[in-house]
Amino acid sequence: MSGTFVGMPAFPKAAHEAVQDLTLRGNLRHATHTIRAKRAAAVAEVSDWALLREAGKQIKDHTLRHLDRYLVQVEESVTAAGGTVHWAADADEANRIVTDLVRATGESEVVKVKSMATQEIGLNEALEAEGIHAYETDLAELIVQLGKDRPSHILVPAIHRNRGEIRDIFAREMGAWGRPAPDGLTDTPAELAEAARLHLREKFLRAKVGVSGANFIVAETGTLVVVESEGNGRMCLTLPETLISVVGIEKIVPTWRDLEVFLQTLPRSSTAERMNPYTSTWTGTTDGDGPRDFHLVLLDNGRTDTLADDVGRQALRCIRCSACLNVCPVYERAGGHAYGSVYPGPIGAILSPQLRGTQSEIDASLPYASSLCGACYDVCPVAIDIPEVLVHLRERIVQGGPVTHEGTKVVLKPAKGHAAERAAMRAARWTFGHPGALRTGQRLASRTRRFHPRTLPGPGRAWSGTRDLPQVPAESFRDWWRRTGGDENGPRPGTADGPAKETK
Amino acid sequence: MSSRELILARVRRALADAPADDTPYERAVERGYLREHGRRTAEESADLLAENLADYRALVHRCTREELPDLLARLLAERGSRSVVVPPGLPADWLSAVDATRVPDLATSTAAELDRVDSVVTACAVAVAETGTVVLDGGPDQGRRRVTLVPDHHVVVVRVPEQVVASVPQALERLDPARPLTWISGPSATSDIELDRVEGVHGPRTLEVVLVSGH
Ligand code: SF4
Repeated sequence: MSGTFVGMPAFPKAAHEAVQDLTLRGNLRHATHTIRAKRAAAVAEVSDWALLREAGKQIKDHTLRHLDRYLVQVEESVTAAGGTVHWAADADEANRIVTDLVRATGESEVVKVKSMATQEIGLNEALEAEGIHAYETDLAELIVQLGKDRPSHILVPAIHRNRGEIRDIFAREMGAWGRPAPDGLTDTPAELAEAARLHLREKFLRAKVGVSGANFIVAETGTLVVVESEGNGRMCLTLPETLISVVGIEKIVPTWRDLEVFLQTLPRSSTAERMNPYTSTWTGTTDGDGPRDFHLVLLDNGRTDTLADDVGRQALRCIRCSACLNVCPVYERAGGHAYGSVYPGPIGAILSPQLRGTQSEIDASLPYASSLCGACYDVCPVAIDIPEVLVHLRERIVQGGPVTHEGTKVVLKPAKGHAAERAAMRAARWTFGHPGALRTGQRLASRTRRFHPRTLPGPGRAWSGTRDLPQVPAESFRDWWRRTGGDENGPRPGTADGPAKETK
Repeated sequence: MSSRELILARVRRALADAPADDTPYERAVERGYLREHGRRTAEESADLLAENLADYRALVHRCTREELPDLLARLLAERGSRSVVVPPGLPADWLSAVDATRVPDLATSTAAELDRVDSVVTACAVAVAETGTVVLDGGPDQGRRRVTLVPDHHVVVVRVPEQVVASVPQALERLDPARPLTWISGPSATSDIELDRVEGVHGPRTLEVVLVSGH
């Protein structure tokens, strides 16, 4: 997986820096708390949520189990509908395919709909290197692109920016990219949206090539689905003459009917809406309506390596709703950038190290970017047990073991004592500086006590190898304190009674 | 080896240890979830559709078949529209009382030309009560996808009760995946600024939905 944030420090260091940034923390806290409450309400509206969630999980698991068959079916159905299918084993190949397709049109600019896959492969940079300008058209992506920034959230990549900062970026940068921001632009969201509308409209109207991802590909019909809010997706999918969609191979669902599950669970989980403003579906090309040429680039880039891990493969069920980010106490404090990947938050902590391998310091530290509180699992609309995968990856890093890298089975060496110890201590120090995260983590630890090894998983193992691990008490100190009436509300995060008592 | 063969081989190798599974797909997934949430009469479904559309800031109107031409004329006049895109299969009398210049939906018209048109009036394929959604399938009374995208004012007519279904599962059953579909739930919006829903970005900033009964 390219698109790594080069030179990214390991998670604890990056997180530490982010935690110091008060504006960032304030922005994140405000945004994630707003969406949390709304999501809960949107989910409560559907009485069969648990059944939808289970069906979503089963659909994805079944597809992954027979992925070879469904990939071939997608190829057949998309081709039959008038599209052209390309296969990309890695980021470089996908970028080369897209670059060649754009070149063949004779165009030197493309409009883009927000897509995690194209961010993951670093497509914009690859196109730029070949003299092709890629314009992001999603409002948040535009904010990130104009601000020469990095995305920090799956759904709302500019979540770390507040309205005042967005106003400043628009006023300062829009002119260099096209139509400047209106004079006297204020920071009201409606005015900011209007400025984006005007700025991008000229680009949509003249665009000849659109680049997108897709939320789903339906194998039986060859239909692609894009779920969005602003209408920039519709613009990119229907106005250009050529449409190129780069889609991860895990986005397949077998049948048209399967959408009845995900079109109910995705909007409620991501934007907390009954339904997002616009969903587009298309099957190949349609005479006289929309692009004349449609290309689908099927992307592997580490997905088959992830599939080879029988615990880790559940990460491929992810429908990128971002609910797990919004509930994560670690994400809320550290922000998206600390994860050093386009996939931040809990899903990033299990996906990035699997897609990219754990050779780099940041990837080896990501499975520790969690307190294992389990909130991410509770909200996940496809029931990915993120804590389970995190613990599994920690074990893998410390104890070593077989992994698949670029299609080849290799045996990972256990992390070396010294380095592992340092990583464990850094992670521990970071967690201890965040009592809220620790509290929830501890509660989980005692609930899952019977599964605990005598030695710490993760880099902790080298450290605990020579020190016997104390038994996790059946009840955490805090739970005991609360149960026995010590304090009705329990100690609050950040108060002086913090972790010191609990680590006994 | 081509990348196609490479990827397929990697998938097969990755799954080599997975237990055999030849459950037919119809039985592979438990679909105990509901086909619709609650029982409603046709009238109640139309009410819920109206309520949910309004909740996401669509402007909802209701009228009888006889009142439709006058209502459409009024909506365009109130908006000050001087031009309106008309899909080829729109019933001729719907716009019989409208003064605005009619712009046909042509394969040759450019996006820039559409950008100068004030409004568009279309029918729809189906509407979903539970989610407040109207679905277009590019039929002759709805036109090409871009005509409902570029103009800033979209008026869509839903025939009540026959075009209203309760739920997403019921809507999918009625739709043809081979056609390009656009599911619309309220006007264009964004949650990108501090996760607050703001209406009006790239799609039509004003969405008016007319629920017309009696045919
Ligand atoms: S892991 Fe689950 S909750 Fe997180 S983004 Fe993916 S689908 Fe959503």
